Amino acid sequence: MQPLTPRRILGICALLGVVLFVAVVISLRLGAYPMSFRAILTSLYESVMGRGDQIPTDYQMVIFGLRLPRIAFGIIVGGALAVSGAGFQALLRNPLADPYVLGVSSGAALGAIVSLIFAPHVPLAMQGAAFAGAGITILAVYFLGRRGGQIDSSTLLLAGIISASFLSAIIMFLMTTLSGRDLRGMAFWLMGDLQTPPQLPLGFLFFVSLAAIGAIYTTASDLNLILTGEQEARHLGVNVARVKLVVYLSASLLTGLAVSVSGAIGYVGLLVPHVMRMLFGSDYRILIPASALGGAIAIVAADTLARTVASPTELPVGAMTAIVGAPVFIYLLRRRVG
Amino acid sequence: MSARGASLEGAGRGGNAPPESSDVRLHVEQASYAYAVTDRGAPKFALGPVSFKASRHEIISILGPNASGKSTLLKLLAGVFKPISGFVRVDSFDASELEPKARAQKVALVQQESALLFPLRVWEFVLQGRYPYGRRLRFESEEDCLMAGNALAQVGATDLRDRWMEQLSGGEKQRVILARALAQQPALLLLDEPTQHLDIGGKLELLRRLRRLADENRYTVVVVTHELNLAAEFSDRILLLHRGKALACGPPAEVYQREILEPVFDAPLDVEIAPSGRPRVMLREVNEGPWGPRQ
Repeated sequence: MQPLTPRRILGICALLGVVLFVAVVISLRLGAYPMSFRAILTSLYESVMGRGDQIPTDYQMVIFGLRLPRIAFGIIVGGALAVSGAGFQALLRNPLADPYVLGVSSGAALGAIVSLIFAPHVPLAMQGAAFAGAGITILAVYFLGRRGGQIDSSTLLLAGIISASFLSAIIMFLMTTLSGRDLRGMAFWLMGDLQTPPQLPLGFLFFVSLAAIGAIYTTASDLNLILTGEQEARHLGVNVARVKLVVYLSASLLTGLAVSVSGAIGYVGLLVPHVMRMLFGSDYRILIPASALGGAIAIVAADTLARTVASPTELPVGAMTAIVGAPVFIYLLRRRVG
Repeated sequence: MSARGASLEGAGRGGNAPPESSDVRLHVEQASYAYAVTDRGAPKFALGPVSFKASRHEIISILGPNASGKSTLLKLLAGVFKPISGFVRVDSFDASELEPKARAQKVALVQQESALLFPLRVWEFVLQGRYPYGRRLRFESEEDCLMAGNALAQVGATDLRDRWMEQLSGGEKQRVILARALAQQPALLLLDEPTQHLDIGGKLELLRRLRRLADENRYTVVVVTHELNLAAEFSDRILLLHRGKALACGPPAEVYQREILEPVFDAPLDVEIAPSGRPRVMLREVNEGPWGPRQ
C-alpha cells in the first residue's frame, strides 16, 4: 500500500511544470520573427531578475508584447477547461463528460454573445453572462439526461449534443442579424481561438480561475467516493449535495471564463483528465492539479501548432483540439460500449 | 445518579437516551416509517412499529418475502431514514440525528455496489472506509493504512490488495466490500443481501466470516437475507417481517415454525430440527394442495 502523499502530488506537479515550461519556450520560439532559444531564455531570465531594460526592444515586443500574453491566456484557458471537464465527469458520473460535448461551452458562448449585443461596454458582463449560460445549460442537460430519476449515460451525452446544436443554431441566428460586425472574427472565436486578446487583465482571470480550481480541489476526496457510488459515499459520511453544488458552480464558472476568453475550444476537458488518469491514477487529489497543468500544456501545444502548421495563416486552436479530440472520444465511447 | 448524568452528557446531540446496559449496541423501539404517497396515488408503504435490541457478539437476520420492508428497516437502522415514530439508537445515539461522519464511524452499511467508473486498486477502495476519520483532503495516516490492512486481514484478503477491483471474482469483491466496511471500525455492521451473487460455498464462507467477526471482534451484525437455512445456522436471532409488520423476533428455533413461515412466504415448507439444534427449512410437495398449480 502506498497511499497518496502531498509529496507525490508536488513531485508530479513539478514534473508537469517543467514540461509546461519547455512547451512555453518552444512556443515562444516558433513564429514569423526568428529567435534563438538562447535569446528567449536570456530575455526571460533578465525579465525575472527585474532587468527588463537590458532586453533588446524587438525581443521585448515579440516575447512580452505578442507571444507571451497569448500563451498566458492559453495556460489559463487550458487549465480551466481541463479541470471543469474532470469536475463534470465526477458530477455527472460520466467519464465522457466534457464542457464542449455537453453543450456547456455553447451555452457560455451564447451568453457571451447576448451580452455583447445588449451590454457591449459593461465590464465583466461578458464573463457573467458566459457563466450564467454555462450554468443554465448544464442544469438543462442534467435534467434532460435523467430517466426515471437516474442519470442515463447515453441519454445525457445525447442531451448535451442536441443542446449544443440547438444553442449553435441560436448563435448563428444572432450572428447573421448582427450586421456590420466582424463575422470572420466571431466565427473564429466560436471555433475556439486565442488570437484576439480579451479585454480583461490577465491577473484577474488567473486568480478567479485559481479560486474556482481550488474550490473543486477542496472536494477532491469526496469526489473519489462519489465516483465509486453516490449512495455508498453518503453512507461513508460525504455531504453529497454540498459537494455537487460546489463542483457545479465552480466548473460552470471555469467553463464560462474559458469561453469568454477563447470561445468554445473542445475536447480538452475530456482528453486531458483521461491522459492524466492513465499516467497518475484516478485519485482526484492528484487528478485536479495534474489536469490543470496538463490542460495548460495541451492548449499551449495546440495553439503553437495552430499558429504554425498553415503558416502564414492561422487556424483556430479549437480546430486543432477537435481534430485530435473527436477520434479519441469515439474510441473511448466504443471501448465503453463494447 | 452521577453515573447517569455522565452517560447523558456522553450521549451528546443524539441525546435523551436512558442509560442502558453497556452491552446493548442497537436499540430499536416502536420504530415505524412510511413512504409518501406517489403522484400516481399508489398506496404508501408503511413499516412497523418494530422493536428489538441487539448486543455485541450478536448476529440478527432480517427475513421476509420481497416487499416486506426489509430494506426499509435496514435504512432506518443505518440512519438514512428518520423513523416517524419511536427511535433507533446505536450506542444510545439516535442514528438519524448523528452527523454523517459520526454516523459512519458507528454504522457501516454493505450494499450491492454500483459499477466503478474508473479503475481502482483494492487497497484504495478499502482506504475509502477511513473517510469518516479524516478532514478535507485527508491524506491517509499510518493509522489509516494499518486499519485498512487489518480490515483486509480480517476478511482474508491481504493478498488481494494490489489487484484491480474489476478483476476480482464475485466472492473476492464481496470480501473487499466487507473490508471497507470494517475499516470504518463500526460498532454496528449492516449487510443488505450480501450473499446475493455468491455460490453456495461463497455464501457459507461469508456467513462463517460474519460469525467470527461477531464472536471475536465484538461486532453487532444485522443481515438482510433470503437464505432461510444459512440464517438459521449462523444467526442468534431472527426478525421475520411480513407486509411491513414484525411477525416474530427470537432464536431461529422459535421463529421457524411451519405455521408461521408457510403463510409468510406463500410456499409449502417443512421445518425440522437438525442435530445441532438449528432448524432447517425444506420445500414440500409443490404440485399438490393449496400450493399446487394455479390458474
